[in-house]
Amino acid sequence: MIEIHEDKCDLCGCCVGVCPENCIDLTENRISIEHEICTNCRKCEWACPFEVFEFKNEKVRLKAAV
Amino acid sequence: MKDSYDVIVVGGGPAGSTAAKYAAMGGAKVLVLEKDREIGVPVRCGEAVDHEGLVQFIQPHKKFVAAEIRNFKLIAPDSTVVQPNIKGLGYVLDRKFFDYELARIAANEGAEIATKVYVDGVIKNDGSVTGVSVQYHGDRLFLKSKIVIGADGVESRVGRWAGIDTTVSMHDMESAAQVTAANVDVEEDTCYFYFGERYAPGGYLWVFPKGNKTANIGLGVAADRSKQKHALKFLDEFMAERFPQASVLTKIAGGVPCAETLEKTTMPGLMLVGDAAHQVNPVSGGGIISGMIAGKMAGKVAADIVKQNDMSLIGKYEKEWQDSLGARHHRYYKIKKVIYKFRDNDLDSIAHEISKLPQKQQTLGNIFKQAVIKHPTLILDVMKLFF
Repeated sequence: MIEIHEDKCDLCGCCVGVCPENCIDLTENRISIEHEICTNCRKCEWACPFEVFEFKNEKVRLKAAV
Repeated sequence: MKDSYDVIVVGGGPAGSTAAKYAAMGGAKVLVLEKDREIGVPVRCGEAVDHEGLVQFIQPHKKFVAAEIRNFKLIAPDSTVVQPNIKGLGYVLDRKFFDYELARIAANEGAEIATKVYVDGVIKNDGSVTGVSVQYHGDRLFLKSKIVIGADGVESRVGRWAGIDTTVSMHDMESAAQVTAANVDVEEDTCYFYFGERYAPGGYLWVFPKGNKTANIGLGVAADRSKQKHALKFLDEFMAERFPQASVLTKIAGGVPCAETLEKTTMPGLMLVGDAAHQVNPVSGGGIISGMIAGKMAGKVAADIVKQNDMSLIGKYEKEWQDSLGARHHRYYKIKKVIYKFRDNDLDSIAHEISKLPQKQQTLGNIFKQAVIKHPTLILDVMKLFF
């Protein structure tokens, strides 16, 4: 499970750019993640300049069947 | 806002506004959608451009130029300074006012601009993009168009919704943080670049003056190397060490896609431009002018498609880009891959050799020669550029 520290988020979109599942939504003032699509790949966590993401469960999930 | 246009541009940055301007000049009915409440802010950019690039589009003006740049200083990991002999002129912009001006020009050509409109999907019909869905003041609206131009930046989703994969690899994404700081003592006509593991692994740190003792100070770390230490930590440490007396006026995060241009930037009804298409110089990370060049190409082609009612013309944009700047970025990308291999001691020894030369001979060409001596395989990689 991923936790988003919204108070740290600058809404820059770096995470959206690297997210392979296209599951991060970024409006003018809000970031949200579609947890059922997220595979816990942690790319957003590594790419984020401001350390917004924190993964609680580190197991990578297989891609959900679409 | 009406419910149908010839061209809908998603994103009101330099690439989007330039596309809108040229599409409108070609007679198309154009709408620009910006997700933020104001064009030009927040600024997520080092803001440097070269004179030759800028004047293709607009004459420099004090309302959006913060500083004129005549020198570069490259600082090696061991603090050796190399000042290459450069004849060109550059500027550090005030993007807030620059983007505003570009949007104003597009509007004067007839483009309609709407802010605080969040595009949350594309409308597809028979494999073609025929519009976008948006959230606007609590409503969800469906806007139709013949062409959508995705100028929605590094966080682009327009392409992905339509079926073009725009994901940036971790290797190519520069995870960036920047402050605009006051009470910074630097030469006001000089851009500074710091290289090395302690400043910015897999990227570089920049100090770009903005006049009156202010400067943009930022850095990009390759996302696949920022796992242990994120960009903001690197920046905070540099500020404390090098500019402890400075006050931070703005602090921002960002991502720069230092990649090759996407192989596919178009599909029926859709063109991608700027950061969304990865049209960034992969070595420098500069994307303002190249985004505007792509915007101009895309805007003109969009107007032709509308005028001639012929969607097959859409490939003209991609071909024109790939034959010009796209090919150059492809070569730069190969150079980037070599530079990426340099470790701190390689960079230090290149800087030492260069600083032994008389000032006049400290050219970018000679820096490159030294780089080849220190890293002979570089010549092979460069040879590959020509064959």
